[in-house]
Amino acid sequence: MTSQTYAYYPGCTLRSSAKEYDISARLVCQKLGIELRELEDWACCGASSAHTTSELLSIALPARELQAAEQVGLPLAVACAMCFSRLKHAAHDLADEAKLAQVSGILGKELRNSTQVVHLLQVIEGCINTVPLTRRLSGLKVACYYGCLLVRPREVMNFDDEENPQMMDRLIETLGAEAIDWDLKVACCGASLPLTRRDIVLKLSHRLLSQARQLGADCVAVACPMCHSNLDAYQKEMETEYGERLELPILYFTQLVGLALGFSPKQLHMDRHFTDPMPMLRDKGLA
Amino acid sequence: MTLGSISPSPCSDLCNFVRERTGQNVLDCYQCGKCSAGCPAGYVMDLGPRQVMRAIQLGLKEELLASKTIWLCVSCQTCSARCPANIDIARVMESLRWLAAVEKTTPAEKEIEVFHRAFLGVVKRFGRAQELLLAAWYNLLSKNPLANISLLPGMLTRGKISFLPARVKGGVEVKRIFDKVKAIERG
Repeated sequence: MTSQTYAYYPGCTLRSSAKEYDISARLVCQKLGIELRELEDWACCGASSAHTTSELLSIALPARELQAAEQVGLPLAVACAMCFSRLKHAAHDLADEAKLAQVSGILGKELRNSTQVVHLLQVIEGCINTVPLTRRLSGLKVACYYGCLLVRPREVMNFDDEENPQMMDRLIETLGAEAIDWDLKVACCGASLPLTRRDIVLKLSHRLLSQARQLGADCVAVACPMCHSNLDAYQKEMETEYGERLELPILYFTQLVGLALGFSPKQLHMDRHFTDPMPMLRDKGLA
Repeated sequence: MTLGSISPSPCSDLCNFVRERTGQNVLDCYQCGKCSAGCPAGYVMDLGPRQVMRAIQLGLKEELLASKTIWLCVSCQTCSARCPANIDIARVMESLRWLAAVEKTTPAEKEIEVFHRAFLGVVKRFGRAQELLLAAWYNLLSKNPLANISLLPGMLTRGKISFLPARVKGGVEVKRIFDKVKAIERG
């Protein structure tokens, strides 16, 4: 077991539609000896709209959270890929001294831009080997889906390869499961368009799930609540629109890690998904 | 005709705006088309990303601000990752939306613009985004009260909706950030 402490920024969706991500992340981190100290009174980072509206707002909102982490003097662990992207972009833009001074003025607080921002996937992948697994996820084929925001653009995110990232694949293989080789792991799911241009979300997300299914995946692992919602909540609509049976459970990577660390599907809130993973898990002897 | 007379110089005002706001020089674009080839939303755009880059070089501001493209871009950043001239095309696309906001252009994809306004409206008032409020606010602004309710029962039974707006104690701080940004942008 390791011993690490992070300031923790869950992000808005982890309080509502992605509660299971928050719950499973906390369980897993506790077991791995990673202490997550939730930032006090955190606010929205502005994703997915501030950056489409105003450059300055898109930096100032995440800067408030960067400053709060700076105050507690800890690296900031982020769960949501969208928030991670906005916080990293802000930190990148604040390297410019004039911008830093301007944004400090807006916040009315001293901002040094010294916070190191990491994603939970990096944190957990980095120390999964420090505890013994309770059960290996043998026989489970997982399509690791990174989406856009974790990896692009490389010079800002500094996360993994932009076209063929491996971090989640490595983690999943460490759990004893098989990470399938597929070429849509960084393709777009339709992002924030489900309320406005559902047609685009259905087309892009269907393309992803259809390929994952054809390549024999039992489930898709994600690290982003927006990707999760698009792939899971709209899956039935995709099936109707494209006349194809998908029934592909979409799980947060933290739920798969939790399973291997001995937590039950119930503890990991796997009953919250639209596509029920239980039949698949029972079939694999994992539930 | 000399070669000099056909070079795209001096740079259009639009080129300068984009360069000032994003640090990106669109004159580096030599129209290879890799951005359009990889764009996931390209199939619904009226101008592909490559055409957008060319239009900026030529200073075609009205055409660009009236295009669907600037709203349909989902900021997936595939174009930026693949551009051989290292232009952050997604950022350039964002800057056109900032310009559309400043110039108060009627958006060609109205709902998308309304969605972003609704999102920020919720954040400004409550400090955090919250799906139910966002959907309600969006429906109100788009004058379509019953839009997107098909998922509601499933969201409810799965406990995916929280009813209380998560009002942040520092909500005043968040609102102040919005107000100060607005004041600076208005000059």
